[in-house]
Amino acid sequence: MAKITLDHLRHSYSANPTSPADYALKEINLDWQDGGAYALLGPSGCGKSTLLNIISGLMVPSEGRILFDGRDVTRDPPDKRNIAQVFQFPVIYDTMTVYDNLAFPLRNRGVPEDRVRARVTEIAAMLEVTDMLSIRAAGLTPDNKQKISMGRGLVREDVNVVMFDEPLTVIDPHLKWKLRSKLKELHQRIRVTMIYVTHDQTEALTFADQVVVMQDGEVVQAGTPVELFERPQHTFVGHFIGSPGMNVLPAELTAGQTSVQGIPVALEGAVTPGAGRIEVGIRPEHVRLVPAGTPGALTGTVRKVADLGHRAVVEAMIGTTKVSAITHGTLPGQGDTVHLAFDPARTRAYRDGWIASTAGGGN
Amino acid sequence: MRKVNQKAWFFVLPVLLLVAFNALIPMMTVVNYSVQETFGNNLFLWHGLGWFEDIIRSERFHAALGRQALFTFLILIIEVPLGIIIALSMPKQGFWVQVCLVLMALPMLIPWNVVGAMWNIFTLPDIGLAGYFLNHILGINYDMTQNPLAAWITIITMDVWHWTSLVVLLCYAGLVSIPDPYYQAAKIDGASPWAVFRYIQLPKMKQVLTIAILLRFMDSFNVYTEPFVLTGGGPGNSTTLLSIDLVKIALGQFDLGPAGAMSLIYFAITLFVSWLFYTLMTRNDRQ
Repeated sequence: MAKITLDHLRHSYSANPTSPADYALKEINLDWQDGGAYALLGPSGCGKSTLLNIISGLMVPSEGRILFDGRDVTRDPPDKRNIAQVFQFPVIYDTMTVYDNLAFPLRNRGVPEDRVRARVTEIAAMLEVTDMLSIRAAGLTPDNKQKISMGRGLVREDVNVVMFDEPLTVIDPHLKWKLRSKLKELHQRIRVTMIYVTHDQTEALTFADQVVVMQDGEVVQAGTPVELFERPQHTFVGHFIGSPGMNVLPAELTAGQTSVQGIPVALEGAVTPGAGRIEVGIRPEHVRLVPAGTPGALTGTVRKVADLGHRAVVEAMIGTTKVSAITHGTLPGQGDTVHLAFDPARTRAYRDGWIASTAGGGN
Repeated sequence: MRKVNQKAWFFVLPVLLLVAFNALIPMMTVVNYSVQETFGNNLFLWHGLGWFEDIIRSERFHAALGRQALFTFLILIIEVPLGIIIALSMPKQGFWVQVCLVLMALPMLIPWNVVGAMWNIFTLPDIGLAGYFLNHILGINYDMTQNPLAAWITIITMDVWHWTSLVVLLCYAGLVSIPDPYYQAAKIDGASPWAVFRYIQLPKMKQVLTIAILLRFMDSFNVYTEPFVLTGGGPGNSTTLLSIDLVKIALGQFDLGPAGAMSLIYFAITLFVSWLFYTLMTRNDRQ
C-alpha cells in the first residue's frame, strides 16, 4: 500500500508537442493518500485512461514524475510497481480454472503453494465465488469474470493500488449496483488504495471518498462528492455532476454588481477582480418558483415540466437561456409565465468557466 | 413441438448437385473400378473385395504409406512451430505489416508445378544457385537425383517454403484479434513471456491453428504436383509418396482395379485422421 503522488505530470502522444492542444494530459499535480478510495471522473477522451495507464506503468509520461511513498517509479514497468488493474472488458485466462486464475499473479511471483491456497481461498470467499473455484473460467458470466479479474488484483498482499478502468461497462444494469456495493465493501475490509475511472457520476460519487473531475486533459476539481456538488470550482463540474446539472447563465458585471439580463442577482460573496466572460451558476435544487412581484426574481416561460413523482423538474426559458428548477409544489403548465428566485448563498459567479465569487460573505 | 421449415432443403439442393457432379459421381466410378477386374476392350469382371485385400497386404503400398506418413509428420512438425514463431515475431501495426503480409503470401501465389520446377533448377548441382553453392563452394556432395537424403531434404524444404505462410497468416489473424488489455493484464500479473504464450496467445490461436493443422495435414498427405515435378518419386522409389505411387499404378500400369481400391483406402485414411483430429481438438471446447 502506498501514497501516490503525481508531480507535474504531462503527456503528449505526439513526438514534438508545441501547443497545449498537443497534450493529452496538461500538468497534473495530485496526492492520493494510502488506503483511500478515489475516482477519476470525466467524459470520454478527457485523458483519464491515459492517466491510469501512466500510474500503472503501461505508459511513460512525457514530463513529470509519479511517486509511490516518495519513491520515483515513473520509469518502472508494471510488474515492478505492485499494482493491479481491472479493465473495461473482463480479462481472464480462458483455459485456466477460476482457482488458477486467482493464483496466477502469486505463482508468477514464486509464492509458496500453501500460501497461494490460503490467499485464493480468502479472496474467493470475499468475492463469493468459492463454489466456482474448480470450473473453467471461460464459462463464466461477464459479472463473474469481472469479479475474477478484480480478485486477481486483490489476491496479492503487497499491492500498492488497485485501479479500475470503467469496470462495469459490460455488466447488466441490475448487477452493476451489486458489484459496486461489493467493491465498496471490499475497500472497507482490505483498505488498499483504489482508483476508479469512470464517466458515470453515480459510480464515481457512490464509490469514492474523493473524486477528481477531469476535462480536456486537466483536473478541474478534486474534492469530496459533497464539495463537488455544493461548490463546483468550474462550470464543467457543475454541468457534469448533478441531474439535471447546474444552471449557467450569461451575466454582466458592472461596478461590483452582477446582473442577469439587466436584473441584479445576489451572490454568495464578492466577485474577485479581473477581466473575462462572467457567468452565474446555480443548481436547480436552489431555484424556487415564487409569486409575481417578488424582488430580484427573474421571469421566464415554461418549456417543459418533468414530473418524477417525488419531485418535478421545471425547465423555463429566460430570454434565450434555459433554467431548470426542482420543485415539490403545484406545477405550472407548459407555456406559463413563472418567476424564479435564486438562493443567494448558493449563487456563484464564474469567470471564463472558473469560480470567481468568494464564499461565505467575502472571506 | 417446434415447426420446422422444410423449405430450407431447396437452398441446399444446388450445393448438393454441385458436390454430386464434382465429387460423388466421379468417386462412384472409382468405387466401380475397385471391385472389378478388366482385360481391356471395356470388358469388366466382378472381383469383389479382392483388390482391397491385395492393397492392404501389398508391401509396395506399406512402403509408400510409410514415406507419406514420414513426409506429413515432418511437414507438420516443422511448419506449425515455425509458422507460430514467424507469426509471433511479425509486427502488429505500421508500415511493415503490409510488407510482411505480402512477402508471406508470395510463395502461396506460385502455381504448384512452377514451384516444383523452380526448386528442381535451384538445386541442380551444376547450374542451380543452391546446388552450385553446396557442391562447388561448400564442397558438400548434394545431388537429389542421386542421393535419397538430398531428395528428401529438398522436398521438405520446398514444402516448408511453399506452405509455412499458410500457418503464419492464420496464426497472425488469431494473434491480432487479441485485445491489448490481455497483454497489459499479463504484464501486471507478472507473467513471463512463456506464460503469455501459453495462457493468452496459444488459447486464442487454438481455433485457427486447428484449421491450419487440418489443412496442412490434408494438403501434405495428398501432395502430388510439387514432389512429382521435383523428383518424380526418385531416386529409386525413395520419394514415391502415396499419390505418386497411385498415379503410377493407375496411369502408368493402367491397373484400374488396384488403383481404385488404393484411392478409396487413401481417401479413407485422410478422412479418418482429419475427423479424429478435429473431434479431439473441438471436444475440449464443449467441456
